[in-house]
Amino acid sequence: MPISKVDVEKIAELARLELTNDEIESFTGQLSSILDHIEKLNELDTADVEPMSHCFTAGSDTQCARRDDVTRPSLGQRLAVESAPDNEAGYFKVPRVIGG
Amino acid sequence: MELKNLNTASLRNLIASREVSAVEVCRSALDRIERFSDLNAFITTTEETAIGDAEKIDRAAAKGEPLPRLAGSIIAIKDNMVMRGVRTTAGSRILFNYKPAYTATAVDRLQAAGAIIIGKTNCDEFAMGSSTENSAYGPVRNPWDSERVPGGSSGGSAVAVAAGMAMGALGSDTGGSIRQPASFCGVVGFKPSYGRVSRYGLIAFGSSLDQIGPFANSVEDAAAILAVIAGRDVNDSTSSDAEVEDYSASINGDVRGLRVGVPREYYGEGLDEDVKSKTETAIKRFEEMGARIVDVSLPHTQYAVPVYYLVATAEASSNLARFDGVRYGFRAEEAGTLKEMYGRTREQGFGAEVKRRIMLGTYALSAGYYDAYYGKAQKVRALIERDFRNAFGSCDVIATPTAPTPAFKLGEKADNPLEMYLSDIYTITANLAGVPAISLPCGLSTSGLPIGIQLIARHFDEPTLLRAAHNLEKALEFESTPPAIQKKP
Repeated sequence: MPISKVDVEKIAELARLELTNDEIESFTGQLSSILDHIEKLNELDTADVEPMSHCFTAGSDTQCARRDDVTRPSLGQRLAVESAPDNEAGYFKVPRVIGG
Repeated sequence: MELKNLNTASLRNLIASREVSAVEVCRSALDRIERFSDLNAFITTTEETAIGDAEKIDRAAAKGEPLPRLAGSIIAIKDNMVMRGVRTTAGSRILFNYKPAYTATAVDRLQAAGAIIIGKTNCDEFAMGSSTENSAYGPVRNPWDSERVPGGSSGGSAVAVAAGMAMGALGSDTGGSIRQPASFCGVVGFKPSYGRVSRYGLIAFGSSLDQIGPFANSVEDAAAILAVIAGRDVNDSTSSDAEVEDYSASINGDVRGLRVGVPREYYGEGLDEDVKSKTETAIKRFEEMGARIVDVSLPHTQYAVPVYYLVATAEASSNLARFDGVRYGFRAEEAGTLKEMYGRTREQGFGAEVKRRIMLGTYALSAGYYDAYYGKAQKVRALIERDFRNAFGSCDVIATPTAPTPAFKLGEKADNPLEMYLSDIYTITANLAGVPAISLPCGLSTSGLPIGIQLIARHFDEPTLLRAAHNLEKALEFESTPPAIQKKP
């Protein structure tokens, strides 16, 4: 199923990528040819197959890993914000959320 | 001090007996990294801390204290694993100045075992690629032919070991990113079972596929490194509490009666003649050692590439959403609103391949397309996993070529992403099924380029895999130093 430029623009919006016009052109072509190849999966009837999301679900004894909901020591606020391009008073600082 | 001639066990003994000092080995490695800097294998070297750690080992040796298993071993770390206070880029511009506040568990464990971390190796951006041409820090070159790629995405780690700049290295493997560069560079590369090694501190690409694993000059050293890094980690809920067996001991023992499965789907169209012939010769060695060769089938192999490029990209689109200029790394300037900041930061910070995969993954998960793409891929993934379980009913290890060709030229596949993806065909199935797999060199092509054979085993059956690989390695006697490296003093 080929993908259109409009589709590519919508996906770029969802993925928060401000693509250039050249990129939209070239990605439309490349993604179309990749999706073309992916069509191959429709050769298979998978109506009775359980989807596999994790390598432990199939044929292994290991159970889904859980622990008690108990707080443990973690990074802490100071270390957590120290790498930010802009931070202030223990907060991440960013441009305003609601735009003009 | 020729690192290629040392193994981790003998080095530890030499340091303990004071015949060699850890500091001298460390300086020799740093010197080597400098001399081969045109291969561009390293993004960062950690000279100060490495010398400091080496001095600690020498002091312990001087006091006659027992030395840990990897004492003095020079190990390089792929730059998608975090180390506290050390610049970590994941091969991307978007993390150009990132200094993590914590260290990956696998690296912690190596250091606790006495390993000397020598630096962070170059890789495809966010581990996305099969050639290490997608790094924002320049491509890595193959020491067997510097006009060729080392493979990817862990190209820098493979080259570090191949060119004697380190004795071992950590890489990560999501679709073959340890095994294929190992094959292209003539070294051993091991992808453990999913869940065998903690992913804590590995910058995530495909969370249900990623595993950290070792590069080394021998199966014995790969086993030693694996033994140190494997095991349950409370910080990674996908790490298994399955017992960590004695991997170093498991390499011993012969392969008489071992059933080696040869899947017909891996020996068909697109396989280079040299690769085919060297792989088949290696399999004959198994037979000579008393193993039994068995025909098997993995019928859904032809669907592996489409499945992988839906599952991995979908997971990547989610994992890379965190790179938005807020908490770390690059932030685009002059953005008026938060949304603009996100869009521009990611546009300027990510390379083309990363953007392409994020786009594909976002599409596969989007409303209206989820069932047809991601949902479908998950079902076919189950069929691929079932293929392996069925095949292991009649064999103990599966033998295949690691890659359809030896190393290709830099730039050769740059314009055709789909062609690049199709070259992952032999390695991605093991990630989809979660089974362990190893590549070891089995010969050279007619033009002198290394060829790797891949062995695959059942989930958590690293012992059988290592024993099979070790026996084959001994039978093959591959000379693993590239000629150009031998000539350079």
